[in-house]
Amino acid sequence: MSLVARHLEAHGIATVILGAARDIVEHCGVPRFVFTDFPLGNPCGKPYDVAMQRAIVSRGLDLLEQAFAPRTTVQTPFVWSADQSWRDNYMRIEPAGVS
Amino acid sequence: MSRAVDPTHRTFVSYIDKSREYYAARGYANPYRWAHFEDVPFATLQRPLSQRAVALITTAHLIPSEGELPSLHSVYSVASNAPPARLSTDGLFWDRDATHTNDLDSYCPVHRLQEFAREGRIGQLARRLHGVPTEYSQRLTQERDAPEVLRRCREDGADAAILVPL
Repeated sequence: MSLVARHLEAHGIATVILGAARDIVEHCGVPRFVFTDFPLGNPCGKPYDVAMQRAIVSRGLDLLEQAFAPRTTVQTPFVWSADQSWRDNYMRIEPAGVS
Repeated sequence: MSRAVDPTHRTFVSYIDKSREYYAARGYANPYRWAHFEDVPFATLQRPLSQRAVALITTAHLIPSEGELPSLHSVYSVASNAPPARLSTDGLFWDRDATHTNDLDSYCPVHRLQEFAREGRIGQLARRLHGVPTEYSQRLTQERDAPEVLRRCREDGADAAILVPL
């Protein structure tokens, strides 16, 4: 998706990415990026949380208008849960012998 | 098991590190080479968003009709004023243990953008939302899909785009 954003931007369409995989997006290099530190799957806010979704999309709209240089990242203030274990659980490598 | 953020590590997950280590542990010798560029293009909006058309672009797929095969390798477009109730997120990388994708707007915020259009925050939501395949081949994305998305955005008169990878 970062590659598509770069292509659109190079042809005059201003872009913003809403995402949760910060390193992948920034490694590629995009014009504008709204980062929400959530598990992959809900980069626009928690399911059915309309207020949060509006806040995240609105931040993207702000960035379209206000960013003044490429590689602008903003992070939204939202926290997935007090329990941070999702970070370790995703693509966990089990010790040998454990399936 | 619950744990707090470990201040000896970066706070956010590195999916580049995780996927490299995950596949290495399964015997894949050649780690994926993630797209990386030094230069980044930048286009400035010439007018406020309240006077602009905004396109929405997703990596999710259309759910095929009964008897159809899923179309995973081509750009698709659907009317943004009558979006499907759900899109398919099968085959994409996301955290099935931590969450779900039953709410379209949690990853393809078409109704939120409709609201912003009604409220005048954006001029309009472009008439179609577009889906982009997630390809292992960066060349396919750059040479086949990105130009096709650009063509469709221009057809719809979009001045800006919100892109949401799952």
